[in-house]
Amino acid sequence: MIPGAFDYHRPASLGEAITLANELGDDARVLAGGHSLIPMMKLRMAVPEHLIDLADIDDLKGIDERDGTLQIGAMTSQAEIIGSGLLAERCPILRETAEQIADPQIRNVGTIGGNVANGDPGNDMPALMQALNASYALTGAGGTREVPARNFYEAAYFTALEPGEVLSAIHIPIPPAGHGYAYEKQKRKVGDYATAAAAVLLTMEGGVCTSASIALTNVGDTPLFAEAAGAALVGSAFDEGAVGAAVSAAEAIASPAEDGRGPVDFRTRVAGVMVRRAIGRAASRAR
Amino acid sequence: MTDQTPTAVERAAKLQGLGSKRKRVEDARFTQGKGNYVDDIKLPGMLFGDFVRSPYGHARIKGIDKDAALAVPGVVAVLTAEDLKPLNLHYMPTLAGDVQAVLADEKVLFQGQEVAFVVAENRYVAADAVELVEVEYEQLDAVNDAFKAMDADAPLLREDIKDKQEGAHGPRKHYNHIFTWEVGDKEATHKALADAEVVAEELITYQRVHPCPLETCGCVASMDKVNGKLTIWGTFQAPHAVRTVASLITNIPEHNIRIISPDIGGGFGNKVGVYPGYICSAVASIVTGVPIKWVEDRIENLTSTAFARDYHMTGRIAATRDGRITGLDCHVLADHGAFDACADPTKFPAGFFNICTGSYDIPVAHVSVDGVYTNKAPGGVAYRCSFRVTEASYFIERMIDVLARKLDMDPAELRMKNFIKQSQFPYTSALGWEYDSGDYETAMDKAMTTVDYAGLRAEQAENRAAFDRGETRSLMGIGVAFFTEIVGAGPVKNCDILGLGMFDSCEIRIHPTGSAIARLGTISQGQGHATTFAQILASEIGIPADQITVEEGDTDTAPYGLGTYGSRSTPVAGAATAMAGRKIRAKAQMIAAYLLEVHEDDLEWDIDRFQVKGNPEAAKTMAEIAFASYNQAIPGLEPGLEAVSYYDPPNMTYPFGAYLCVVDVDVDTGVTDVRRFYALDDCGTRINPMIIEGQVHGGLTEALAIAMGQEIAYDEIGNVKGASLLDFYLPTAVETPVWETDHTVTPSPHHPIGAKGVGESPNVGGVSAFSNAVNDAFAHKGLTHTQMPHDHWRVWKTAERLGLNG
Repeated sequence: MIPGAFDYHRPASLGEAITLANELGDDARVLAGGHSLIPMMKLRMAVPEHLIDLADIDDLKGIDERDGTLQIGAMTSQAEIIGSGLLAERCPILRETAEQIADPQIRNVGTIGGNVANGDPGNDMPALMQALNASYALTGAGGTREVPARNFYEAAYFTALEPGEVLSAIHIPIPPAGHGYAYEKQKRKVGDYATAAAAVLLTMEGGVCTSASIALTNVGDTPLFAEAAGAALVGSAFDEGAVGAAVSAAEAIASPAEDGRGPVDFRTRVAGVMVRRAIGRAASRAR
Repeated sequence: MTDQTPTAVERAAKLQGLGSKRKRVEDARFTQGKGNYVDDIKLPGMLFGDFVRSPYGHARIKGIDKDAALAVPGVVAVLTAEDLKPLNLHYMPTLAGDVQAVLADEKVLFQGQEVAFVVAENRYVAADAVELVEVEYEQLDAVNDAFKAMDADAPLLREDIKDKQEGAHGPRKHYNHIFTWEVGDKEATHKALADAEVVAEELITYQRVHPCPLETCGCVASMDKVNGKLTIWGTFQAPHAVRTVASLITNIPEHNIRIISPDIGGGFGNKVGVYPGYICSAVASIVTGVPIKWVEDRIENLTSTAFARDYHMTGRIAATRDGRITGLDCHVLADHGAFDACADPTKFPAGFFNICTGSYDIPVAHVSVDGVYTNKAPGGVAYRCSFRVTEASYFIERMIDVLARKLDMDPAELRMKNFIKQSQFPYTSALGWEYDSGDYETAMDKAMTTVDYAGLRAEQAENRAAFDRGETRSLMGIGVAFFTEIVGAGPVKNCDILGLGMFDSCEIRIHPTGSAIARLGTISQGQGHATTFAQILASEIGIPADQITVEEGDTDTAPYGLGTYGSRSTPVAGAATAMAGRKIRAKAQMIAAYLLEVHEDDLEWDIDRFQVKGNPEAAKTMAEIAFASYNQAIPGLEPGLEAVSYYDPPNMTYPFGAYLCVVDVDVDTGVTDVRRFYALDDCGTRINPMIIEGQVHGGLTEALAIAMGQEIAYDEIGNVKGASLLDFYLPTAVETPVWETDHTVTPSPHHPIGAKGVGESPNVGGVSAFSNAVNDAFAHKGLTHTQMPHDHWRVWKTAERLGLNG
């Protein structure tokens, strides 16, 4: 549990960070809250020679609303997500999800950017970002490009992020007022990754579902956007036929690994249960 | 007498003696981060040790290349078995009569086994060098299933003892067999089973778990080459025993070894044994002449230092159709891992497992235990219990429930029907223990009344009907457990560790101004000895507890004792404390008689003083007597006021309790919610009710962890599955339910103050109560028994097997 030797860099601007990242290349890792990277370094599963700490870059912090889009700086902590009145009003599922991440000490340091950027399928925010159809601003030497969360994740710890790029911000289209939402997570204890979790956002009109978006956490190599599951709900009044179809569609794409949380059949079924319960709660909140 | 004279009640209260909810004196430093743990010790020139460990469960070592590691700047040495062989230290004796490799000799037998010890200027360099030691392995087939260890074609694990026919506890049946231990009347038991109206049979497995104290194991060894003295600060639950073992292993005379246990962050049995890290640190310090620190990390702690349980218990219980138990038979297959490093009294290779007749008047019983080697870490310690007592208690408490199902009888009623009656104490069990005292029916009655047991069962019936109607997906389970512990090892006539009798000790010095210091052979790891032993003394000698320092853990100053584990501190060292206090009081009485110019027989003790019978105003307080002992020449008496007592207990003590647990099981997710937990403990005389409550809370939380999630599991090739706290279940405050505590008081008749010990009761009784509750939730659907841990996926699988989750 002792990391290898590394040099520590603490740039004051995003430009400086990107210059460093490009100069240092593959030997460098960007450090946000460190709650994934530091344990990996202690286990020597990651042995970077340079750490570029983004903590001093003010441009990467903060929560804003612009033209129907929420903009969250990558270095915004989970605690700040939870504390934001703007997010609570515009997109309350962010708070509901962040509150289910680990414990207050970790949420004070862990960042939303780190959570979505490192590609750990156990992290909670990536699936939520897919459900919200968020996109990530990836800033590199040549400028900034936007990549949708639904296209960002390639495999465990492999993402669309190129060497020398930093995930600088998250852009979330504000869900319609009155939307229903729920993040349901089953875990063994505080601090554990999900056995399975589901994010559900939906809208209703006259008791009928007009749109639905569902994504799954930790039941695959990447977060899973369950497109067919959402589609199964649209046009329904959340009768058992529609909900059952959504659950089946979600279970069909789940491919969890067997681990301490349980065997494949169990974790797949829990993913279905989380979807079912999240739909129920989201529908009850929609107006 | 003026109005300002304190009343007897006020004088007694000032002492904060027995029964006082005295605040823990330790907490001032712990809550301020001012504790002094092993890893806080920093000595000039200190070097750091770190281990190269086996990545394989079973492999032959073809070669070890140290060159790259030695080339790292700051690396001082890399030790392997070859370096220890000339000193004959490549193997060390275990507490169980086996030997254990200090550094792997030709073979590795479990994942995480110590292969080489790197010594370097700091931890970082040591860790870098560990990566660079190149070990060439040839992987071998592993034994991860105890039931296959003695197959004819099982891989041979212990080549070092393959020709040894006779083990420490009798003949070996197979090269992977360690011992067979048998107790009870086999013939009569089998006859009772054959003749029985009803027999219930079950394989009950108590999975491998780990005590996982917050502070891992570690030490600082410092050889002073000028005066030839070796000092070791370490996480030792038995510092004197460590000193004796260290002397025997190293041939350093015992007076030249000083063992110090500083503050210890939890032990729970994990810190009883001797580990390779201690030996390697000592050797490295002896060779280099500078201090060496070694501290495990969490993964090392979980995978290489002592585990607990791993008992496969096949039981048969015989009864009449109306529920009178007529016999009990049990065979245990005990998985001891790669070396037999169990920490049990020498004559008890399965500890006190033969307490497995529990709280019941069972006329005949028989137990046999077979210990086997597997490719798992060594250990087999008593994790927050007396030796193998949790296993025994879990076994009988599950068997009673299994029998209750078979008889279609309420499990509480079946227990009541078979309790040992109060009039039967002292009671000799079919397996040979003499239970000192108990009043089980009173305790059970109080528990059943307090929780409204009948009401809970009625609620459960409603829940089950609602479930069947499809109105709920949650099943209510009620777990009843009644345990009897056997603690306070123990009488020297049958209890020893490595030949050292399991007495304990207390030495008291009263200072001239009436305060005192007491030193004991035990060592607190969080139990609060500095608080409670001072309370025992306060009541015995009339000096306020706040004026008594309690010191433990330094073998140069403390009297010899066997340490703290198995709830033995209060039954043994607590008794020694009371007895030493009584010696002080006896001398004080003689001094008081001289001062008051009366015969000693004319004096009586009153709280904090001796007074003349019939004339209480003629009195001398203990403080006055103490001063007199230092400043007056008293004819026939030596100056000073000191005493020491070495207490050899005449018997064990037998705490007991009634626990009840209510759970709600979500059959769709396997999530179990502990809705209610009630714990009634009878630990005899209660020294400090607040500390007892804290002990019960902690023990129940550990019991919850074991029953609901803890497991050290291995795969087929010997890899540890889930060796960090990500997977090993340590509940946080969020997962921990509210505990209701209660008590009855049945003093031990042979203990000087009637105390029995309590620290381990909640773990012993708690595990059964949780497990019984989960099993009970499914009982009406045909479940007889399901194995622990009752984590989400196993509970879900149970529901699935019973056709409940679609």
